[in-house]
Amino acid sequence: MLPAALRPLVPWVVAAILPHAAWAADPRAAPVKVPDTLAQRVVACTACHGTEGRTAPDAYYPRIAGKPAGYLYNQLLNFREGRRHYAPMTWMVDPLSNDYLREIASHFASLDLPYAAPVGGPAPAALMEQGRRLVREGDRARDLPACANCHGEAMMGAQPAIPGLLGLPRDYVNAQFGAWRTGLRRAHPPDCMAQVAKRLTVEEIAAISTWLAAQPVPPGAKPAPRAAAPLPIDCGGVAP
Amino acid sequence: MSARRLARRAAAGFAAAALAGLAALLAFGYRSGGDDADGAPALQATAEHAARGAYLARAGNCAACHTARGGAAYAGGRGIATPFGTVYASNITPDADTGIGRWTSTDFWRAMHHGRSKDGRLLYPAFPYTSYTRVGREDTDAILAFLKTQVAPVRQANRPHAVRFPYDSQLALAAWRGLFFRPGGFEPDAARAVDWNRGAYLVQGLGHCSACHAARNVLGASSAPAALGGGLIPAQDWYAPSLAAADQAGVADWPIEAVVALLREGISPHGSVLGPMAEVVQSSTQHLSDSDLRAVATYLKALPPVAAGTVPSQVVPPDPDRMQRGARVYEKRCADCHGDAGQGAPGAYPALAGNRAVTMEPPVNVIRVVLAGGFPPSTGGNPRPYGMPPFGTELSDADVAAVVSFIRSSWGNAGSAVGPRQVDRLRRTAAE
Repeated sequence: MLPAALRPLVPWVVAAILPHAAWAADPRAAPVKVPDTLAQRVVACTACHGTEGRTAPDAYYPRIAGKPAGYLYNQLLNFREGRRHYAPMTWMVDPLSNDYLREIASHFASLDLPYAAPVGGPAPAALMEQGRRLVREGDRARDLPACANCHGEAMMGAQPAIPGLLGLPRDYVNAQFGAWRTGLRRAHPPDCMAQVAKRLTVEEIAAISTWLAAQPVPPGAKPAPRAAAPLPIDCGGVAP
Repeated sequence: MSARRLARRAAAGFAAAALAGLAALLAFGYRSGGDDADGAPALQATAEHAARGAYLARAGNCAACHTARGGAAYAGGRGIATPFGTVYASNITPDADTGIGRWTSTDFWRAMHHGRSKDGRLLYPAFPYTSYTRVGREDTDAILAFLKTQVAPVRQANRPHAVRFPYDSQLALAAWRGLFFRPGGFEPDAARAVDWNRGAYLVQGLGHCSACHAARNVLGASSAPAALGGGLIPAQDWYAPSLAAADQAGVADWPIEAVVALLREGISPHGSVLGPMAEVVQSSTQHLSDSDLRAVATYLKALPPVAAGTVPSQVVPPDPDRMQRGARVYEKRCADCHGDAGQGAPGAYPALAGNRAVTMEPPVNVIRVVLAGGFPPSTGGNPRPYGMPPFGTELSDADVAAVVSFIRSSWGNAGSAVGPRQVDRLRRTAAE
């Protein structure tokens, strides 16, 4: 199922129709009444991203609840337009309009749900310290900005388009760094995260993801209202 | 003359005849469309022309193939997977060097009508010139006027096709054309109404519905394109159902408004679209005028009806164990939206009872929908569609087979059982 998204879609063969003949339904069974809400319309999303967009921390799928709407919208576009590759996501967003995707992004961004406690066993202290230092301080000598410079001192992201880093599965963070390094995940240019990912070693990425995944999220933590200005690195994807 | 000599001579004669036939075929395939003298006036490209062309380009869904994912409109580069390799759609923006900026009206006509490029190369029939050959010159001129004046030029070289030997040669294409292609036109049927004829022109021409809704032979040619008898979409594992068969997607019994609604909104009281047809509705049919949609519906409703492909005696019902297992899965995963009797939620979730997409053969679409879920298209009439979750990660092959078998055999539905191996095979393509 993985980078099956790489396999080209096959558009000339456009036409599998799924006719749903409703008239033959049992006339005694009353039609189901479903809520006319966005939450009901997007149950397809919460199947993987967890009830109300709050995924379990041991899952691969990232939490989407409470992330900045601009960030979520950009990611939906990225999947539809081939800058991110995960076949099941592309499949979901392909037939949806920009307006609808924006509405879906706003829906999940507006959810204010508590975070689960971090899971995972104890990590070596040296690894944790290396991770903390990179996240908090970066490495000026190598022109590596601290994660917190852009993603906020609280690492909860910033409105409208910088995502938070806490409450994410470690494997998910590792996978994203890997995808940036190979060019499989891209953002609108200039692609700052691709540059950052390429300056980091695999060990440093492991340190960062391990430290981030071990941080508890304080109750009520939210994205900062605005990003630091100027950002330490040019990012095309931060425009709403 | 001994019998052996006679046989030898007959064989030699047969071989010679075959060679001569092949030569004639190749000559025919090569020649057709190559001697099209340009007697036409220079291209008219008024704003009105271009606007008409923009509409027709929608009807032909040109952008769907000629735009890569995330790429510039009409700049090409999208790969079209076929059983013979991948064909990359070309740049049809008006860039002079890499697009069709230097194409004349006749060049474009030759491509659309004869399947030949400006330089004389024979085009792959992944470009559906077998349908477009029915499109009139006025319409091809309008489309070219649109492409040349309304589309931004993009400098992007065409990507070479990745088609396997021997299908990658002009010789093979010439032979294919000799066998399967005759340049044609659209002959209106005087005995039919104007809207039926308009529908026929759109369905058989720009709409190129037969590209999916007609079975292809081993060489990739649609065997009976006009019948729209349904077929597996090559290399994609979706089944495009018959538009004529009462037990598939025939619409003879639908109110015409339901057909129009389906093509305009992607959803109607009698059906909704998902998968490749969702793309067709989103980027093509929803933009068609009411009169054109009614014409298409009129034509489809009048297709000669085809008897059900599966007779009741051929149905292999699931065994009781699989039914019980399927019922348990259904109650837990499906019933909230589709109802405990498969009755569905109008406007949101389709009924499964009496649903031909559930019961038809082959069952690939229904299995894929359970595995991958998905949304009908956002359209003007249904901008915020309800989606279905993917169950491929949560359910085993046996569970998917059980629940699909269950819905195919419940509430009056009578479809054959589905086995785990069918599910496993479709997992690989379920979300593409």
